[in-house]
Amino acid sequence: MSSANTLTRITPKNITDQEFFYGHKACAGCGGSLAVRLALKVLGERTYAAFPAGCMAAVGFIYPQMAFTNNAIITTFPGVASMASGIAVGAKALGIQNFKTVAFAGDGGTADIGLQALSGMIDRGDDVLYICYDNEAYMNTGIQKSGLTPFGTQTTTTPAGKNIHGSKTQKKNLFEIIAAHDIPYAATASIGYPQDYIDKVQKAAQVKGPAFIHVYASCPTGWGTPTETSVEIAKEAVDCGLFFLAEYENGDYRLTRNPKQFASVADYLKKQGRFKHLSDADIASIEAHRDHKWERMRRMWNHQ
Amino acid sequence: MSRPVKQNFIRPSHIEGFPVGPQFTAGHLADTNAGWRTFRPVVNHDTCIYCLRCYLVCPDGTIFKDNGKIAVDYDYCKGCGVCAHECPKNAIEMVKEQL
Repeated sequence: MSSANTLTRITPKNITDQEFFYGHKACAGCGGSLAVRLALKVLGERTYAAFPAGCMAAVGFIYPQMAFTNNAIITTFPGVASMASGIAVGAKALGIQNFKTVAFAGDGGTADIGLQALSGMIDRGDDVLYICYDNEAYMNTGIQKSGLTPFGTQTTTTPAGKNIHGSKTQKKNLFEIIAAHDIPYAATASIGYPQDYIDKVQKAAQVKGPAFIHVYASCPTGWGTPTETSVEIAKEAVDCGLFFLAEYENGDYRLTRNPKQFASVADYLKKQGRFKHLSDADIASIEAHRDHKWERMRRMWNHQ
Repeated sequence: MSRPVKQNFIRPSHIEGFPVGPQFTAGHLADTNAGWRTFRPVVNHDTCIYCLRCYLVCPDGTIFKDNGKIAVDYDYCKGCGVCAHECPKNAIEMVKEQL
């Protein structure tokens, strides 16, 4: 935390009382709305927020209801990064000072539909913080598979049957795709570790230029989990190794959480309706993929 | 006020009264979310240690600090139960709403 050393760390004790995402119509226990709420509380009122078509746009902007108390706008589905770029340079051209531009998009709006606009935004070096809240499918339109849906997930476009057990593809390595742009700052986080997420948003907000945070956010509706376990399940995903917490800064990768021992993958999967159908062989293959990924991450990233 | 509150909305009588494009006054809430709730969180202030975990993890931001005590905005709490589930002291109880 070298660059954040001079800053006062934001904790629940000193975070602003003001709520910037309030009275929205997200499902009870929505992880994505928690990710947006916490990020906006860290960034403050002088924040321009851009949202593509997706859950957060659908639940926040229901005329005549406006759940954002800062400046917020809906963009085209593929264009959230370009819109945020335009806001950032437009505000600068108008001489506006002391502001931050943030783009929030889901996993589909980031890893599939909005990927080229995001790549362009990073390439141009625009001063935008891009936060991808990853609930592992297109939840807003009714739980269709996205590029970040992991292997074996049951969605409406990858139903689990006798022969095919849900999604046949692995989750894209989104964090590494973004880091490959040589972005000044990128991180992964989980709403199961909210203080870690707050720290990373605070750090990313200090970057003058593009920054990216990939935050794992549970979806009780799409995952088939009880609403009260939303935060717990996002923590368990990290504890069992199916999601990782890492940072990319100054050209170096770093695992910010490197557990000595993983919690049970089967326990995590079997709590969720979307994985109920998985056989022991499927779970073993998910575990093998996890171990392979971690072996590579530990070998390549934690060399300091 | 740190949180927006429900405001009256007067429907425009002519099309010219409607906003052009997707824009509206920030924080304008025309409706509450209380009707979504089946269980309401009730804080036991004797066991609560004010660790602010519930405040941190509430997806709706309806838990707030009220002079050193945890309070809930029941107009916008949806009753998801994350606060009660995450509470390290089990100081929040989910009580069924009576109609």
